[in-house]
Amino acid sequence: MEEKVKEIIQRYSGDKSYLVPILQDVQKEFNYLPKDALYAVSTHLSVPVSRVYEVVTFYKAFSLKPKGRYQLSLCMGTACHVRGGELIARNVADTLGIKEGDTTADLEFSFETVGCLGACALGPILVVNGEYHGHMNIAKSTKILKKLGKKGATDDEQD
Amino acid sequence: MMSKIKSFDELKSVQERLKAGRDPKKPCITVCVGTGCLAYGTQKLVDSFREELAKRDLTGRIDFRTSGCHGFCERGPMVVISPEKVFYQRVGLMDAGEIIDKTVLKGEIIDRLLYVDPQTGEKYVHEDDVPFYKKQTRLVFGLNSKVDPQSMEDYLAIGGYSALGKALTTMKPEEIIQEVIKANLRGRGGGGFPAGWKWDETRKAKGEPKYIVCNADEGDPGAYMDRSLTEGNPHLVLEGMIIGAYAIGSSQGYIYVRNEYPLAVKNIHIAMRQAREAGLLGENILGTGFSFDLKINRGGGAFVCGESSALFASLEGRAGEPRAKYIHATDKGLYDKPTNLNNVETWANVPFIIERGADWYASIGTAGSKGTKIFSLVGKINNTGLVEVPMGTTLREIVFDIGGGIPEGRKFKAIQTGGPSGGCIPEKYLDMRVDFDELTKIGSMMGSGGMIVMDERNCMVDMARYFTNFLVSESCGKCVPCREGIRRMRDILVDITEGKGREEDVDLLEKMASSIVDGSLCALGSSAPNPVLSTIRYFRDEYMAHIKEKRCPAGVCKDLITYSVDPEKCTGCTLCAKVCPTGAASGERKKVHAIDPTKCTKCGACRESCKFEAIIVR
Repeated sequence: MEEKVKEIIQRYSGDKSYLVPILQDVQKEFNYLPKDALYAVSTHLSVPVSRVYEVVTFYKAFSLKPKGRYQLSLCMGTACHVRGGELIARNVADTLGIKEGDTTADLEFSFETVGCLGACALGPILVVNGEYHGHMNIAKSTKILKKLGKKGATDDEQD
Repeated sequence: MMSKIKSFDELKSVQERLKAGRDPKKPCITVCVGTGCLAYGTQKLVDSFREELAKRDLTGRIDFRTSGCHGFCERGPMVVISPEKVFYQRVGLMDAGEIIDKTVLKGEIIDRLLYVDPQTGEKYVHEDDVPFYKKQTRLVFGLNSKVDPQSMEDYLAIGGYSALGKALTTMKPEEIIQEVIKANLRGRGGGGFPAGWKWDETRKAKGEPKYIVCNADEGDPGAYMDRSLTEGNPHLVLEGMIIGAYAIGSSQGYIYVRNEYPLAVKNIHIAMRQAREAGLLGENILGTGFSFDLKINRGGGAFVCGESSALFASLEGRAGEPRAKYIHATDKGLYDKPTNLNNVETWANVPFIIERGADWYASIGTAGSKGTKIFSLVGKINNTGLVEVPMGTTLREIVFDIGGGIPEGRKFKAIQTGGPSGGCIPEKYLDMRVDFDELTKIGSMMGSGGMIVMDERNCMVDMARYFTNFLVSESCGKCVPCREGIRRMRDILVDITEGKGREEDVDLLEKMASSIVDGSLCALGSSAPNPVLSTIRYFRDEYMAHIKEKRCPAGVCKDLITYSVDPEKCTGCTLCAKVCPTGAASGERKKVHAIDPTKCTKCGACRESCKFEAIIVR
């Protein structure tokens, strides 16, 4: 892990002002920010670990907990909200039995709501592992979850 | 790879050569690959066009271009065939072959791909005739459809970087600043502060180096024009920044862009590399001795980082907390050095002012707000998309003439502008001319240009709760009135939506609002109460219905509504019973269904599935 962190820091020539993008790359590598990685960033970038922790907990993009195999993000921008995004959020959370921002105990599903994705014509939007599913509604979201639970494939739902 | 361009004259000859190499009569297929269209799966269509062209041995004989966002996101995937500019919308991912064979080769029009005005039923063949485009003034944004964002040649061929050449070789920095002041270019990011004044202050400030920053941390939910400019025409943004850097006397700039915009990050990276190779960025730009370079920084998903001092903190690798602004950023900004921050759209306007002059620019718009503004028209609107209109266009023109009105024949209720810092504008102001000052007068603001349309099925108390809730999670926590005050306002709003509101709550909300405004350092806190105040101001009766009658007139607030079936409209199709997760909706086929209120969780699945509007929510 330390080697990987060192390599990422190298990409930014060890420039401290790139702490946020460095942590983004580290998170991309490990799917979340493990404690050891934070210490490694602190050591090799010469930034106190308290500062690293402050930054990690300040920005919404960072997670200190592992994410699930399927990462579901529901857009909660205003346009999606006025088109009933909240009802869908409630449905997804209830179906998975977790709260927004949490991961199921078996590490299968993570569910979060995000700010605007800027694809408002398609709203409400549910993103499953980076793939956009537009014009979402309650029934469709249930169907997607069912499919993921049954077969574990994300590419079989076409809009 | 392009070799270094060493002078303005050489730039002109490169532009001429590129322009001459392009036959305006040669057929060209343009496909929009903005983020919105890509979300429709447009990449497959692009691949298929390339394949079909190769199959017919037409690659090279027919130009094919992928371009940035055209703005008409509602109708993606979109294809435009030049030179006639035939406009196809909602193109199927397998339609490429047919379009090539019929339209490009034979000039036949494919009827089913044409745009049909949902109100008049009229069909349109050419892009420029479509009402959505026809009523706009696409000055800044219109270039998007003319260039491949990853091709610098495209940008140069339409005269790109001419303004930079003109500025560097024929104008003194002070002259440029005077031109921008005269044009009265106001900041498009929210505040509307005159950009020229800011430039002037930064230029005159003591301290080296001086920085310029492009704010592409577009955080307002429902606004995406900055992304579409950055990803759709990155060279335009770069050109504006380089001109600004020269005017201000800056050698280093930053672009702070949302990490949620991967395509924008990618395209601006590519554009910077190309500009460096061509000698338009870096050392000794166009052989004039002026040097300037740029770095990109990706944000971490914090709304407050759109605020200047928080953005600087984030650029320095710290948590994005704003600071007091009795010392202006133009004196002490990034790393405590003089810093000029403008947003994407502001920078993108600069080349036009330099190229065509301040007088021309100032001829567009209203007395206090010049030029055009790009709005993102979203929500309950037929033509979701980005629209660019002269300042002073009325809301009615934007919503009904360009936006095509409200879907499903529902009634317009309000339009929300200015993001979470803005307000909700009721129907009676539809004929108001939109500019910075008019919006502020009625308790909203321009913000970055988000316009969210709401219909009769949107509850205004719920909207106030939504924005306040957003701000609770986005307040950085530094100022107590903002951190705790917004939270308490949210709690009160939640109570009202749950039927636990008290009559004195509305006054209390208003009182708290003024304390939060007074006690917050930055614009996030001081504008946070706007959504609450504007909804109280224009929709007080709706608050009262929630509080006194325990009723949500729009049928949104879960605790105040019940679902039932309209026996007149129900056809007994059984769909609601099928989708109901709790078995509350039930009935026999072809007989009127019923909803058992003891089992109903008010999830809304039945209402969304019903094709006959037979589910009553009261």
